[in-house]
Amino acid sequence: MPKVLAVAEQRDGALRGVSAEVVTAARVVADGVGGEVDVVVAGPPGVAGEAGGLGRYGAERVWVVESDALRLYSPEGMTEIVAELIRGQDYYAVLFPGSALGKDLAPRVAARLELPLAGDAVGLAVEDGELVVTRPVYGGRAMAEVVLEAEPRLVTVRPNMFRPEERPAAGSVERLDVGIRPESWRVRVREVVTEHTHVDVAEAPIVVSGGRGMKGPENWHLLEELCMALGPQCALGASRAVVDAGWRPHSEQVGQTGKTVSPQLYIAVGISGAMQHLAGIRGARTIVAINKDPDAPIFKVATYGIVGDVLEVLPRLTEEIRKLRAAG
Amino acid sequence: MRIVVCVKRVPDTEARIRIAESRTAVDPAGLKYIVSPYDEYAVETALRLKEARGEGEVVAVTVGDAAAGESLRAVLAMGADRGVLLRGETTMDGLATARALAAELGGAQADLILFGLKAADDEQQQVGPMVAELLGLPCVTAVAEVEVGDGQVVCRREVEGGVEVVESPLPAVLTITKGKFEPRYASLKGIMAAKKKPLEEKEARPGPNRVRVRALRYPPERQPGRIVGTGPEAVPELVRLLREEAKVL
Repeated sequence: MPKVLAVAEQRDGALRGVSAEVVTAARVVADGVGGEVDVVVAGPPGVAGEAGGLGRYGAERVWVVESDALRLYSPEGMTEIVAELIRGQDYYAVLFPGSALGKDLAPRVAARLELPLAGDAVGLAVEDGELVVTRPVYGGRAMAEVVLEAEPRLVTVRPNMFRPEERPAAGSVERLDVGIRPESWRVRVREVVTEHTHVDVAEAPIVVSGGRGMKGPENWHLLEELCMALGPQCALGASRAVVDAGWRPHSEQVGQTGKTVSPQLYIAVGISGAMQHLAGIRGARTIVAINKDPDAPIFKVATYGIVGDVLEVLPRLTEEIRKLRAAG
Repeated sequence: MRIVVCVKRVPDTEARIRIAESRTAVDPAGLKYIVSPYDEYAVETALRLKEARGEGEVVAVTVGDAAAGESLRAVLAMGADRGVLLRGETTMDGLATARALAAELGGAQADLILFGLKAADDEQQQVGPMVAELLGLPCVTAVAEVEVGDGQVVCRREVEGGVEVVESPLPAVLTITKGKFEPRYASLKGIMAAKKKPLEEKEARPGPNRVRVRALRYPPERQPGRIVGTGPEAVPELVRLLREEAKVL
């Protein structure tokens, strides 16, 4: 029976949300070839307990490597582990999260195994036994359908495109016997400095973004309050103009030279909608635009728009959301 | 210290893309091309590292056709010392390109090999770490800040929700994202000087292309939305629509 491998992601022993998404994506591919899903998780001792939970999303087998040296990401350690597993098994495809970790790891594994890699899949389909990967190119100005002429097919999967779907399977945990050699690893993560407790803008299901129309960084508390009201799944974003002006850090920038986002709800506040910004939000399901200029290009892509002064509209929106949340 | 910066010539990020009749490629007619924006951050990083040390050489390398030579001239105008054009075709198979670069860079004796985080056309974020793997070098991706010490680098790497502080021995491969500095503009003097800087041309030796582009299409048009209303009074209706129609609240 053909098998598809999903590479899970953990930090400090906790699985990250993208892991369930990658398992779901792997399930889609496995269904297409009539196969099963394997998962690999490598992390500190105790991670196996978490990993078995991925059976909920359709993983038959969960390969686990536990070592204190794997508490934080080690590119060399993870490459060793994943490449070794792939060598010993017969996978139809291997899916990685399209996160900072996955985009670091997948190319290294690909080069080590001399396999091509398709990056940032937003769609996966099996047609006549061929895996067709749909991926945005040119900042989302075009979509490419590509086929990898090798086996296994290596793919990174864009966050938020495959919503975790319950699909109970065995999820049996098996220890993977890989002789890792931490003393030989050259790249070391000294520490992870957490900048904010909110979810990252690239992965958040709800994004509230501000642009020039916010008039100055001193007004950002209005966006923060709206984000708080929307809950812990909301992240702050920013247009290129305000990042260039130094109002906000680049880690929040949405657009082609920032992050590409695919949330369920994107709220653009005081953002006119330059082409490179629109390219970055094309994957959003619902877009709300608040802008004083009724001719702003953002209204052409927005599902709903309000024309008005953002500094007046924002507090009202926050208040209404709070009321709604309070009502449950 | 020798720093190699790998750059790519890509269509302008603000340009409208037209898909060619083949339906598998972009029509280059009338399209303006630029140095991929993240690659410019890599060039800026290289120039600043050289300036801070007061010595060293910055070498710009690209894989592409004759026109890609223009991109190298643009990088020389920013301040790079010399360029190497590997004449050949790039495809969506990053490993094929990585092989061409690795074949050249294996003997380049570089202390640092820098890439932009991603190319603004294929956007796969793969060639940099692939080159590192092919050359057996350590690699740090998505680097916003870099400090070069004695035989090692300390990088601040952007990850979800924070920053990783990562160290690596030299030589190393880094992929660079936007940090504290904007790429400099080429001065007139720089542009004049670039014309006299060495630009070597060689035949690229890429690997086989095993990524077949079956189709290229325009993204689905978003359904035109509607203006719910004007000013704060429109908010209750917006919230109702988000809850009942879009079902996102």
